[in-house]
Amino acid sequence: MDFNLSKTQILFQQMIHQFAEKEVKPLAAEVDEMERFPLETVQKMGPVGIMGIPIPVAYGGAGGDTLLYTMAIEELSRACATTGVIVSAHTSLCAVPILEYGNEEQKQKYLPRLATGEWIGAFGLTEPNAGTDASAQQTTATPEGDSFILNGSKIFITNAEYAHVYIIMAMTDRSKGTKGITAFIVEKGTPGFSIGKKEKKMGIRGSATCELIFENCRIPKENQLGKTNEGFKIAMKGLDGGRIGIAAQALGIAQGALSETVKYVKERKQFGKPLSAFQNTQFQLADMETRVQAARWLVYRAASLKDQKVNFSSEAAMAKLFAAEVAMEVTTKAVQCHGGYGYTREYPVERMMRDAKITEIYEGTSEVQRMVISAKLLK
Amino acid sequence: MKIVVCIKQVPDTTEIKINPVTGTLIRDGVPSIMNPDDKGGLELALELKEKYNAHITVITMGPPQADTILREAMAMGADRAILLTDKRFAGADTLATSHALAGALRKLDFDLLITGRQAIDGDTAQVGPQIAEHLGLPQVTYLCDLSFDGKRTFTLTREIEEGYQLLEAEAPCLVTVLASARNPRYMRVRGIVEAYSREVETWGFDQIEVNEEYLGLKGSPTQVKKAFAKDMKAPGSVYEAEPEEAVGIIISKLKEKFII
Ligand SMILES: Cc1cc2nc3c(=O)[nH]c(=O)nc-3n(C[C@H](O)[C@H](O)[C@H](O)COP(=O)(O)OP(=O)(O)OC[C@H]3O[C@@H](n4cnc5c(N)ncnc54)[C@H](O)[C@@H]3O)c2cc1C
Repeated sequence: MDFNLSKTQILFQQMIHQFAEKEVKPLAAEVDEMERFPLETVQKMGPVGIMGIPIPVAYGGAGGDTLLYTMAIEELSRACATTGVIVSAHTSLCAVPILEYGNEEQKQKYLPRLATGEWIGAFGLTEPNAGTDASAQQTTATPEGDSFILNGSKIFITNAEYAHVYIIMAMTDRSKGTKGITAFIVEKGTPGFSIGKKEKKMGIRGSATCELIFENCRIPKENQLGKTNEGFKIAMKGLDGGRIGIAAQALGIAQGALSETVKYVKERKQFGKPLSAFQNTQFQLADMETRVQAARWLVYRAASLKDQKVNFSSEAAMAKLFAAEVAMEVTTKAVQCHGGYGYTREYPVERMMRDAKITEIYEGTSEVQRMVISAKLLK
Repeated sequence: MKIVVCIKQVPDTTEIKINPVTGTLIRDGVPSIMNPDDKGGLELALELKEKYNAHITVITMGPPQADTILREAMAMGADRAILLTDKRFAGADTLATSHALAGALRKLDFDLLITGRQAIDGDTAQVGPQIAEHLGLPQVTYLCDLSFDGKRTFTLTREIEEGYQLLEAEAPCLVTVLASARNPRYMRVRGIVEAYSREVETWGFDQIEVNEEYLGLKGSPTQVKKAFAKDMKAPGSVYEAEPEEAVGIIISKLKEKFII
């Protein structure tokens, strides 16, 4: 058992850390305040290869593995959780499913542009009446000649508005429930496909979260992703991988809040001493650090299991469940250690605490992660 | 076009502290980085690669650990990397270093040789010009920009105190570059993934063409007499005043300190 990073991983961390510090962190407060999608950051990440880390070189990607990708989401989210989820939804929920389930034409057509960041990807599963119960899909896809006609709507879709490629789940056979769902690739600008209401959110406010509306939206048959009625499996597998990304996002937020707190308690003086001289502060920091490290190894292990191509569903669920709870706990403590200043937007921990909450909700709530973990135990 | 870029691994001096007792640098735990001016030089080479399809070789003289910056350079886009390392090079000052590098460069074919202006751990700015002297190359220091006619002639813009100088030089020639003149790109993820499966050539004394007398400690005439830390100045006082009042304040302060 080796818990050391490889030379490649160390070199990668050096780059991604610098990138996050120089290109991402300076924008984070403004992106949050103005609810602004940081498109210029995506345009910078593209040429560096950050938008296609686990995509093979043959398809225009960087040829990296899940672990490098995980480290990237962690570092980006340490600086700005909005940027973290943009890359995570794009990669885990759009590019990787196309890589894993797409046919050769689909891979050739979409991956090079996604991997270089020229195009942004999104994933639409959730509907107004199908949240945790994703099987209750009401969007339908009806075959007609050499097309499918999509009707229905999706909500809470990350990267919507900015994405060029969407993976959409729709019912192809209502009588079969989850076994009657098929996945489709829908391109921006397809007639009958429009973007609806944009959500105003508590956190990750720079990430676009919108409704998608399909009104007799005709898509060519060749845009079916994977086999007919296999969509639910594709969505669940996609989410297994996506959860590693979100776990890494939670880890990054927690690490960011911890680092800010370490800096702050050394500077702020009360009773003639820096806050760091009080034993309570020291113990809070010790607990925060311990939890962040524990989360880190759960997350890295889930990523490395995915790279080994063994089943990692339960480990991904544990990583997300734990890291998300650590992010909530650590950011809350971070605000506490900052006192009143931490409650204001003068300090980034205020934003981090708001950003942390979403990691307990999307890509399966913490309750869903517990279902996944216990289901395996009780099998 | 063939380009060689000389790069050096240096301690990140922004993170360095000075031992208050001995006055020497505390290097323990200080991260090593690619010297910023050299990185600027590499960026220039990479821009020329995009423009003229140039081939880039990076070379460093240093201990085996200097391998890291060669990997970094390859991850940024360099094509070939050479680590110049040998016990006989150890203890070199700038002169002996430039002889070792010149010895290696005699074995390489190039149109353009790029070095950083200076290294942040020594700040001498001597190695580049010394190499040019040893190899009899035209040299242009403090380079801002350059274009190539595709055959033999470079047109170069050089920064001087009052402005810019426009020069022409025949290949092969040497230029030195400032970090501030370029915004080095990030390593590419693909380059990072591949960096450790690519070859770094290791060259020792036997691979290069130089007189052994010129190398290492015995080829180094420089002697460090004393190293000391500059005293930290106390923060001054700031007054906002009209000129006449200000003169009064200054005079009274100088008198207070018995300077006048
Ligand atoms: C900012 C944001 C971005 C998102 N991005 C995307 C995206 O890109 N693509 C996409 O498809 N979706 C996306 N979502 C949707 C997200 O995945 C869902 O909101 C989430 O799965 C929860 O569904 P719901 O909101 O309908 O909550 P509900 O399912 O209504 O759940 C409400 C509560 O009840 C609990 N609950 C529900 N059922 C059970 C049960 N059986 N046992 C115990 N507890 C239960 C839940 O855990 C939760 O606490 C996003 C959501 C947000 C807020």
